[in-house]
Amino acid sequence: MNEFFSMGGYAAYVWTAYAVTAIGLAGLGLASWRRMRALESRADRLRAVRRSERGQA
Amino acid sequence: MSGGVFTLVGRELALVWAERGGGAIALIFFVIVGSLFPFAVGPEPQVLLRIAPGIIWVSALLACLLSLERLFQPDAEDGTLEQLVVSGQSLESVAVAKMIAHWLTTALPLVILTPIMAAMLNAPVEVWGTLLLGLLLGTPALSAIGSVAAALTVGVRRGGVLISLLVLPLAVPTLIFGVGVSDPLAGASALKWLAATTLLALAVSPFAAAAGLRAAME
Amino acid sequence: MHRFANPARFLRIARAVQPWTAAAMAVAFAVGLYYALVASPIDYLQRDTVRIMYVHVPAAWMALGAYSTIAIASLVSIVWRHPLADVCARAAAPIGAVFTAICLITGSFWGKPTWGTWWQWDARMTSVLVLLFVYLGYMALWSAFDDRQRAARAASILALVGAINLPIIKFSVDWWNTLHQPASVFRRGGPTIHPDMLVPLLVMALAYLLFFVTTLLMRMRAELAAQRLEVAAERRALALEGAE
Repeated sequence: MNEFFSMGGYAAYVWTAYAVTAIGLAGLGLASWRRMRALESRADRLRAVRRSERGQA
Repeated sequence: MSGGVFTLVGRELALVWAERGGGAIALIFFVIVGSLFPFAVGPEPQVLLRIAPGIIWVSALLACLLSLERLFQPDAEDGTLEQLVVSGQSLESVAVAKMIAHWLTTALPLVILTPIMAAMLNAPVEVWGTLLLGLLLGTPALSAIGSVAAALTVGVRRGGVLISLLVLPLAVPTLIFGVGVSDPLAGASALKWLAATTLLALAVSPFAAAAGLRAAME
Repeated sequence: MHRFANPARFLRIARAVQPWTAAAMAVAFAVGLYYALVASPIDYLQRDTVRIMYVHVPAAWMALGAYSTIAIASLVSIVWRHPLADVCARAAAPIGAVFTAICLITGSFWGKPTWGTWWQWDARMTSVLVLLFVYLGYMALWSAFDDRQRAARAASILALVGAINLPIIKFSVDWWNTLHQPASVFRRGGPTIHPDMLVPLLVMALAYLLFFVTTLLMRMRAELAAQRLEVAAERRALALEGAE
């Protein structure tokens, strides 16, 4: 187990590389997901409002 | 079509001539940037002569970027571009004319000034010939790539910075091969590839630039 | 072309497919990371640092894969004027840029213990660096215009010009590298890859690919929603003008 964490003494390099990858991909994925949710819900709400407007007109 | 390009180039040159100081700015910039390197790396002749071709090429590349923002802008703004299209000129001809004019007014003066820069940077005289040859063959590619970037960004605020960002990565092969012509061992190979790169740039650029102008005019 | 241009159809498919690609991605990452960090052998010379290869090399592949996607989408955009093509190209760019950055950074961390320097101007890393600049320029061009149509036209031209240029850039960087560094026999990962190392590499590559697809779908959906909002805002502005 210890071997796993120390990576043969290269822990700083290996784990940092993996951390950078994880942060980069997770960050991009999360940001993309949140942007999608925000814009799609706004667009859906807008469409619902316009539908009801037209229904009333 | 070639008659059209010829007239267009003539028009471009007349405009630059009327501008007077305009063309000189690139020259001054070229010399200033080149002169910065001794300040940056120290005046040791041995160091400078090693990197002289590189310094001259980078300075030339940066100087060529300067006039690109104004390449299509004035004509697009005052409607000249549309007039040219209406009067039967193809946008490709316009693009080619602009490229030639840019090369004649910006790049060629730099090339002529190169021996002075080479002397200042302690480049051995044997290298001067290859340096000039490389620049003569390579700068048309820079004009070509530059005009594509300029055409794509017509009307963009502070387009100059964007143009530089677009041009520099695309100019890497020309830079590498251009400097390579002055290399004692690989000069011939570099020359061959430089010529190929420039030919490709010249072949593709008019169409890409014209497409960019078309997008700007829509 | 309009029956394919209907975004509603694409949105239906995207919404259905996305959970599956996301789930598959999670599985692929789980398996891949297990193999990469635990179940794969260490290198004779590089020891555990070779594990960095499993996050570095697939990133390089995806950096190029994303650009290929942009190039193909741009070609479709120019030839067929398919509006989804522009959406796809714009959505793919940030993902490609992130992959490129990951490739460069992990490459640096791989290089330091192996070669002794944080950065090595070797052919591959230098080419990837130039690719990053190409991505950044492409994204900057998209952002430079208020008019979406104009941006799409300009970006598609730039993408194709870049696509033609990239092999030339790679070739010139290789040429430059052999000029300034003697031919090195020692290539990253060795001349042939041991099968025990190939499996984690391919699984991680698959995970990255699924990440790309999932994130691309999300970004395309966001882009289409943004377009809908823009159109609605325009319509409202016009209606207000008409009412005056």
